[in-house]
Amino acid sequence: MAEWQVRMVVNGQAVEQAVEPRLTLADLLRDRLGLTGTHLGCEHGVCGACTVLVDGAAVRSCLMFAVQADGREVTTVEGVAADDGTLSPVQAALRDCHGLQCGFCSPGFVMTITALLRDNPDPSDEEIREGLSGNLCRCTGYQGIIAAVRHAASALANGG
Amino acid sequence: MKPAPFDYHRPDSLDEAAALLAELGDGAKVLAGGQSLIPMLALRLACFDHLVDISRIDALRGVERRDGTLWVGATTTESAIGADPAVAAAVPLLARATPLIGHAQIRNRGTFGGSVAHADPAAEYPAVVLALDAELAACSAAGGQRVIPAAQFFTGLWSTALEPEELLVGARFPVWSGRCGFAIEEFARRSGDFAIAGAAVAVELDDGEDRVRRCAIALLGMGPTPVRAAGAEAAVTGRPLAELEPADVGATAVAGLADVPSDLHGPQSYRRRVGAVMTARAFAAATAEAAARPASAGAGNEAATSG
Repeated sequence: MAEWQVRMVVNGQAVEQAVEPRLTLADLLRDRLGLTGTHLGCEHGVCGACTVLVDGAAVRSCLMFAVQADGREVTTVEGVAADDGTLSPVQAALRDCHGLQCGFCSPGFVMTITALLRDNPDPSDEEIREGLSGNLCRCTGYQGIIAAVRHAASALANGG
Repeated sequence: MKPAPFDYHRPDSLDEAAALLAELGDGAKVLAGGQSLIPMLALRLACFDHLVDISRIDALRGVERRDGTLWVGATTTESAIGADPAVAAAVPLLARATPLIGHAQIRNRGTFGGSVAHADPAAEYPAVVLALDAELAACSAAGGQRVIPAAQFFTGLWSTALEPEELLVGARFPVWSGRCGFAIEEFARRSGDFAIAGAAVAVELDDGEDRVRRCAIALLGMGPTPVRAAGAEAAVTGRPLAELEPADVGATAVAGLADVPSDLHGPQSYRRRVGAVMTARAFAAATAEAAARPASAGAGNEAATSG
């Protein structure tokens, strides 16, 4: 099966790889680029752990072939914090509000919440729950995560 | 890598895509957003030698008003449809169905045409297409373009009237004007799951006595394809709203169904009850919306929505 040469920008870095078409974006990020912050849970679009941003839109990287991301801009959880390691407001809020326990689902939540608050800076509780419904967490009971979204929203409103 | 190997093709134009499908025949599958296809490939429930990615063909993407109808291109994402004020104004049922599809991350990739061509009987867009009698445009290298009425499009479980070498180009929706109301209701065990049962309802009332001038009801999850509740539609048409009990409309809608599925979620009888309740709720919501619109000639649905 013919390989495809794909180019994309991942966390601000230009990347070029030869890929089999069946390689998912998630596998490209993890196995080829070493960006193992993107987690794989179900690998068929249910759990949301592999959520990344493609041209700014939150998508499941297990439901996208790397070749489909050719020419796109991809942001993973590794690209969210500042260069000096300072956590983004969303990441800081998850830490401060006990929005994680084991942390497996957290990269997906960080990406989903980052896109959610960019598009809707002041979401209602219902909008938060709806916005997070595509990400599963087996530890927290979600209350801490929901609190983190509210906290991050006010932090962002106050200039981050 | 979980899917079986395949060759990938990314045509830049509709002609190129149609030529590829003609050449590759049965061994090829169209890939748009991939939100149903890729899980099926990952689980090896499906296997194809070739995938033809149509997502970069500009002509297939976008929504526009055309001669009193609304055109929705096949690769328009569900997110784009949900966010488009032109859709909300012209075909409210389509806009209201959109948030019920999967999750935000799915809607960012999933496409209108992918959902319709995949033809899951519990999916929302196929039910809306069927309820509103949309016209589906298909094209092939040999036959050029043809129009398939929604009533003839869904032929069985995950099966459509599209030929293997044909590509769904988009759909043309009629724009209902007058005193109209629209609602879609469904029940799923978890947010984002395919519904156990649901109903999409469009209704128009006359100006004077709140009689039902026309009514369309499409049921989802109630058979191998989405299905129109023709008996219930006929039973309400021409009658004044005051005489109509939504629960009766729901009961009539599910009465004659032949192939209601029975599965882990529950037996046929349960699905019938859920379907009847969803129909009743959608009918009540749609008629309430229509009745609240002013009864004056020329007060079109869009004027009321945008004003």
